[in-house]
Amino acid sequence: MSDATLPSAAATPPRSASRARSESPVVQVALIAISLAFLLLFLLLPLVTVFVEAAAKGWEAYRAAITEPDALAAIRLTLLVAAIAVPFNIIVGIAAAWAIAKFEFRGKDLLISLIDLPFSVSPVISGLVFVLLFGAQGYFGPWLQANDLKIVFALPGLILATVFVTFPFVARELIPHMQSLGSADEEAALTLGASPWRVFFAVTLPNVKWSLFYGVLLCNARAMGEFGAVAVVSGKIRGLTNTMPLHIEILYNEYMGAAAFAVASLLAGLALVTLVLKTLLEWRYGDAIAASGRH
Amino acid sequence: MTAATTTFRWREPSILPGFGLALGITVTALSLIVLIPLAALFLKAASAGPADIWAVATSPRTLAALKLSFTAALFAALVNAVFGLILAWVLVRYEFPGRRLIDAAVDLPFALPTAVAGISLAAIYAPNGWVGSLLAPLAFKLTIPFTDLSFGFDGKVAYTPLGVMVALIFIGLPFVVRTVQPVLEELQSDVEEAAALLGASRFRTIFRVILPQVLPALMTGFVLAFARAVGEYGSVIFIAGNVPMLSEIAPLLIVIRLEQFDYAGAAVVATMMLLISFALILAGNLIQARARRRFGDV
Amino acid sequence: MTRPAYSRLLRAGLVLGAFSLCFGVVAGARAQTELLNVSYDPTRELYRDINAAFLAEWNAKHPDKKIATIRQSHGGSGAQARTVIDGLNADVVTLALAGDIDAVAERSKKLPLDWQKRLPHNSSPYTSTIVFLVRKGNPKAIKDWGDLVKPGVQIITPNPKTSGGARWNYLAAWAYAEKAFNKDDAKIRDYIGKLLANVPVLDTGARGATTTFTQRGIGDVFLSWENEAFLALKEFGTDKFDIVVPSPSILAEPPVALVDGNVDAKKTREQAQAYLEFLYTPKAQAIIARNFYRPRNPEAADAKDIANFPKVELVTIDDVFGGWKKAQPTHFGDGGTFDQLYKPAR
Repeated sequence: MSDATLPSAAATPPRSASRARSESPVVQVALIAISLAFLLLFLLLPLVTVFVEAAAKGWEAYRAAITEPDALAAIRLTLLVAAIAVPFNIIVGIAAAWAIAKFEFRGKDLLISLIDLPFSVSPVISGLVFVLLFGAQGYFGPWLQANDLKIVFALPGLILATVFVTFPFVARELIPHMQSLGSADEEAALTLGASPWRVFFAVTLPNVKWSLFYGVLLCNARAMGEFGAVAVVSGKIRGLTNTMPLHIEILYNEYMGAAAFAVASLLAGLALVTLVLKTLLEWRYGDAIAASGRH
Repeated sequence: MTAATTTFRWREPSILPGFGLALGITVTALSLIVLIPLAALFLKAASAGPADIWAVATSPRTLAALKLSFTAALFAALVNAVFGLILAWVLVRYEFPGRRLIDAAVDLPFALPTAVAGISLAAIYAPNGWVGSLLAPLAFKLTIPFTDLSFGFDGKVAYTPLGVMVALIFIGLPFVVRTVQPVLEELQSDVEEAAALLGASRFRTIFRVILPQVLPALMTGFVLAFARAVGEYGSVIFIAGNVPMLSEIAPLLIVIRLEQFDYAGAAVVATMMLLISFALILAGNLIQARARRRFGDV
Repeated sequence: MTRPAYSRLLRAGLVLGAFSLCFGVVAGARAQTELLNVSYDPTRELYRDINAAFLAEWNAKHPDKKIATIRQSHGGSGAQARTVIDGLNADVVTLALAGDIDAVAERSKKLPLDWQKRLPHNSSPYTSTIVFLVRKGNPKAIKDWGDLVKPGVQIITPNPKTSGGARWNYLAAWAYAEKAFNKDDAKIRDYIGKLLANVPVLDTGARGATTTFTQRGIGDVFLSWENEAFLALKEFGTDKFDIVVPSPSILAEPPVALVDGNVDAKKTREQAQAYLEFLYTPKAQAIIARNFYRPRNPEAADAKDIANFPKVELVTIDDVFGGWKKAQPTHFGDGGTFDQLYKPAR
C-alpha cells in the first residue's frame, strides 16, 4: 500500500474525488456485461429451463403431474421432513448461538468449526453414515431389527439425513449477529429483575429475529431440496419414502420429462419465494441482516 | 481475554443465565447428529484393515476420482472467485436497471434443489441443448496450467470434466458474492480517493488499495465454494458422464462402492475425502488468518 | 406484533417443534399391510400393469385378506439389492440378474441360498436379451458386435459395476468374442478393451443410459435391454431409432424371489407368494409380452406382441460362463476383467 501513496514516475494528473471511485463508462459496461452473461449462462438458464420444460405439455399435463397421488405423497413427505428438521435446527441453532455469542469459554473455536462441519461433508457421506449406523448391516442394525424399529428407508432416516445436512444453517446466521449485538441489553434486563426466559423471549429473540428468519429460510430451502443425502437413506419407495427431489429423478427416469420438470418447478417456485422473502427482508431490515454477515 | 479467578476455569463468568442449558443442547445435538455418525464412518473405514485401506486408497480409480473432485472444485472455485468478485463489484458500485433482480438471483443455487439444477444444466449443455449446440462448433484445445489436466475441447461440455465444473460453478457462486459483497459495501472511500488524488491510476488503485482489503473475504468465499463443490453430488451426476478414471467424481465412487456391497471401501473413500477437505479448509483458514494479520481485520 | 405476543408465538413454535420431532420418530416406525416389490430400472412400466392386474384378481378372490397397495421401488439392480441388504423390507425382489439376489441371500440371510430353485424356469417368469439401438438409418452401419470396435463408433452402455443390464451387455460381448476368436484369451481381452474404449458416458443405471442416448443425443449405438429398446421406440417414435439384432446375444433371465425374512415378519407370505406365482399365469404372461419382455409361455400372449421379438441365437450364462456365481467375481469383482480392461481414452 505504501507504493500507492507515492506519485509514480508516469503520474497522471490528479483526478477529482468523485471520479476517483468509478471506472470509465466503457469498463463499467464491460463489467456489467460480463456479470450478466455469467449469470445468464450459469444461473438463469437452468431456472428458465425448469419452467419452459414444465410448461411444454400444457397446463392440463402440468396440473395432472403435480396432483397425481405419488406426487402428492412426495410433496407431503417433503413438507413433513422439513417441518421436523427445521424446528429442530432452530432450537439447536438458537442454543448454539446463545452459548457461543454470549459466553467466553475454552474450545469455542473448536465448537464453531464442529457446527460448520456438516457443511463441508459430501451429502452422500451424510447419508452413508446413517446407513452404517442404522442399516441392517450397521452397528445398531441388529438391535433395531430385534425391536422392530426402522430408521433408514423410513421417515426417521430421511429426517436424520436432512438435519445433518442443514445443521449449520441457523447457527451460522445467528452467531455473528448475536456476537455483534453484545449482551448489554440482556444484562440490563436481568438487573431490572426480568426472569431469564423473559429476557430471552422479550429481549434477545426480537433483536435477532430477522437473522433467525433468514437462517430458517435458507435451512428450509436446503431441507426441501436435498437430494444426495436422502437418496442414500430413502429406499425410493413410491408414495412412501420418496421426497420431491427423488420423485423428480424417478419421473425423469420414466420419460416423463414434462412431469419431472413440473414437480421441479414447485421446488424452483419455492426457491423464488425464498429469494423474494429474503430480498424484502434485506430492503426493510438491511442493517440488521448485514450485521449478521455471511452465509 | 483475561482469565478471571473463578471456579469455572474453562469459561469466563457472566451474569447471563442459561450457559449450561444452551451448551448442553448444542453439544448433545452435535454429538448425536454429527459426531457419532462421523465416528461410525471412521470406525467402518478402520475395520477394513491396513492392507485393504491401502489398496482402496491407492487404487488408480480412487485417486483419479479424488483428483477430479478436488481439481474440478478448485477450478470452479477459482472461476467463481474471479467472476464472483466482478459480480459483487458490479452489484455494489454500479447502478443499472435490474440490479436488484440480479442481486436476488445470486442466491438461486442456495435455494434451487441440486437435482433440479443438474437436470437443467444437463439439458442446456448437452450437445443438443441450448448452449451445448452453440458450443459444438467452438472446439479448441484447453490445457490447465500446472496440472496434466488438459482437455482437447471438442465442443462438448456435458458428459466431460468440463460439465462437472459447470455444475460446481453453479453451486459455488453465491458463496463468493455473498462474502465479498458486505466488505465492498463497507469499504471506506477516503483511501481510494487519496490514492487517486495522489495520481495512482484506477487500475493501480484497485490492485493496490481495494483488492488487499477484499482479499480475506474473497479467500473465505473461495474456501466455502470449494468445500461445497468437493462434496457435491446431486447436480454433478446428471451432467458428468460418470466415466471411471475420467469424469467420475469421488462421491459417485462412494455410491458405486456402496452398491457393490463394499461398505468398508465406501467408508475409506469417504474418510479420505473428509480428511483432504479438512486439511485444505484448515490451510485456507491459516492463509486467511495470515492475510488478516497483514492487511488488518476486515 | 407486540413483544409478549411475539414471544408467546415463538414459545408455542418451540413446543410444537419438539412435539413434531417425537411424533415423527414414532410415526416412522409404524408400518402398513402392503406389499413392497424392490425392482430394477426398466421394469417400471411392466410392474405398473402387473400390480394393477394382480390386485384386481387377488382382492376379488380374497376379500378377507385384501392387499391395500403394492409399492414399487426402482433403481440400478445392484443399488436395489444393497438397500434390501441394508434393511429395506421388501416382500419380493425382482432384479436384473441372479447375482444380485445371491448377494441379498448371502448377506442378509433373509432367503435361502437355493432360492432360484423355488420357482419354475430358474425363478425367471420372463426373459430378455441384449440388442443394439442405433440412430435412424444406421449411419455408422453397425450390424454386429464386430462393428462396435471400429474407430469413431461411440457406444452407450451403463456401468457394469452398478447396472445389471450392463453386466448382461458385457457378458454378451464377451460371449461373442469367445466364439469369434475361438477362445483366444488375448484376442478376447483386446476386443473388450477396444469396445470399452469407445464408451463416452457410463451411466449408473439402464434408464440413465437410455436418456443419454435418446434425449441427449450422445453415441452411435446403445447396448440395451430388448424391452428398453422397444420402449424407446414407443416413447420417442420409430422414426428416430432402429433396432439392430446382433448375431449371438445372451439369454438374460431377470429372476424374482420371495424375501422370507421380511414376509414372515410382516405376515405377508401368502400374498407375496401368490404375487410371484401370478407372474407365471397366462394373464401375466400376456402383460409381460405387451411390455416387450419375452414370456416363458408365448401361447398365452397376443401373437402380435410375440411377432415383435426377432429371432436371435441366444447363449446362456450357464453354458458360457458357468453361472453368475462364477461370472460375477471373475468379471465384475474388484480387480476382475472389467477393472483390468477398462482404460478410458484420454
